[in-house]
This record gives sequence, structure tokens and C-alpha cells, in this order.
Amino acid sequence: MKDLSLHLLDVAKNSVAAGASHVAVTLEEDEAGWLTLTIADDGRGMSPEFLAQVTDPFTTTRTTRKVGLGLPLLRLTAEQTGGSLAIESALGAGTTVTARFQRRHLDCPPLGDLAGTTALLIQGSPEMELTYRHTTPKGEAALSTAELRDILGDDISLAEPEVFAWIQDYLTEQENDAAADALPAAGIEGEIT
Amino acid sequence: MKSLEELKAIREKMKRQMDLRENDESNIRVVVGMATCGIAAGARPVMTAFLDEINRRGLTNVTVSQTGCIGVCRLEPVAEVFVPGEEKVTYVRLRPEMIPAIVEQHLVNHNVVQDYTIGAAE
Repeated sequence: MKDLSLHLLDVAKNSVAAGASHVAVTLEEDEAGWLTLTIADDGRGMSPEFLAQVTDPFTTTRTTRKVGLGLPLLRLTAEQTGGSLAIESALGAGTTVTARFQRRHLDCPPLGDLAGTTALLIQGSPEMELTYRHTTPKGEAALSTAELRDILGDDISLAEPEVFAWIQDYLTEQENDAAADALPAAGIEGEIT
Repeated sequence: MKSLEELKAIREKMKRQMDLRENDESNIRVVVGMATCGIAAGARPVMTAFLDEINRRGLTNVTVSQTGCIGVCRLEPVAEVFVPGEEKVTYVRLRPEMIPAIVEQHLVNHNVVQDYTIGAAE
């Protein structure tokens, strides 16, 4: 995975597979360079036994083979930056995945194309409710599919290429305004750990 | 600035197209593999390229959707094209720059781009 948005795309698809009707994606960046990514769904959730081993690469819901790398890769990426991965889940209630990254750490991948990723998530599951919010010290980018559906009505799918293009452009503008890439470079404050 | 007003305009335009589409039985489906293997290999820009090209050409008889692992992870990114009445075609090792040719030659003109298919790769 080259950037954090690809992890988001990958892990949010687990929510889709879990039959979620609502997925909330939030990214919060603070002044100290910490990024908290949360993906919360109301899907079928996991049993305590499955949850206990879900970041083991040899655990998967796939039936075709025994390897599942989505969450293990996300955990590795988070921990490499000094952050962490936490997963809360209960059968029938849903799952919340929370990953923390230190963006100033040398091993922290770039954010990547969050607008394009969110647009593709919506395009891939047009019936699902998705809320997206990315807050930075400079501003925020936000979108909710409920708001879009109010305008488009029931007969026009959020999977339409033209709607996808609009969502992508709409969010890209907001992301650019909220970009916090003006973070001080690592080392200026003598904080390399 | 993009605004929600523009979305209303899209709605009006698309509602007119919908009436045409309901009578169209030649609906083509494109399915892109978007599991961990596909995403890591670059499926996202491929998916975006399909949507962009279809939007640019205004094709209303094509549905693009995402699926999980198609099963040949080593050949990702993979996309399958289903044209009614024709055999399914599987394209492999896709890159965004290959997509306009597939849309033009296969989806519009019904000529399979043989060089990009799984048959040519194996």
C-alpha cells in the first residue's frame, strides 16, 4: 500500500462486506502531527474469538485461501510511525477500526488521494450511507451521502460516472483547502524518536 | 468552486437520459477487482480511468462496478467486461493509460483488445 488513502479504501471495504448500512469515516489531524483514522460501521460485527486474531495475516473471511492482509498491513503501517491500531467489535452491533499515525515520522506514508478514495467508496456501494469528515488544524473536508441523495433523488444512483466525477472534484477542492501539509519537517523540534 | 447546485443540474440532465436507458437492453458491465491485492497493485487509478473515460464519452449503456478478489492476484489489476450475448473478457495487469483503448475498441466498437487479455498474459 503506497499511501494511507489506499488503506482506507481497503479496510472500508470490510464494512461493505459486513453488510453495513452506515459507515462513518473520520480523519483528525492535530497540531502535534498525530492523525487518527476511524472507520465505524453498523455491520454484522465480529465474535470475540475472531476479533482476537483479526490482525493475524493468516486469518481471513475469504474462503478461497488462508491469507488476509488488509488489517495486518494497516497495523504495521500505524505501528511503524509510533502509532497504533485498535479494533472494537461486537456481533450484531458493528465494528470500529481506529488507527493512529504520527505524520512527521519518516515511515509515515503520505495521505494520498482521499477525495478520489471516498468517491470510489461511494461509487462502489451506492446504496450505503457514508459520512466522511477530515479535520486538520487548517480546516475540514466533509461529505455525507444522505445530503447528496436529497438532491439527486432515489432514481439517480451514486454509482453514475458523472456523479462520481462531481464527488471527486467537490471533495478535492475541500481537501486542498484543508491540507495540513505545511507541517514542520521532522527534526526541527528535535522530536525524532 | 464546486457546489451542490451543480449536482442539481446533473440530476436534471440524467433524468432525461434515464428514460432512454430503460429501453436499452444492450447494457454492458465492467467489473474491477478491488480487494487488497487489486488495490495494492493499482486498481484505484484503473477504476477511476474507466469512470472518467465513460463519463467523457457520455456512454449511458455501461455500468462500472467493483468487486473483491477475482482470484488471479499476480495479474492484478484485473477487470472483467460483460457484453450481452458475447463471452466474458478478462483484462489483466491494467494501467490507467490502457483504459481509453479498452473503452473505445471494446465497449464502443465491440472489438476485444486482445493484447491486454488474460489469454495474452498467460
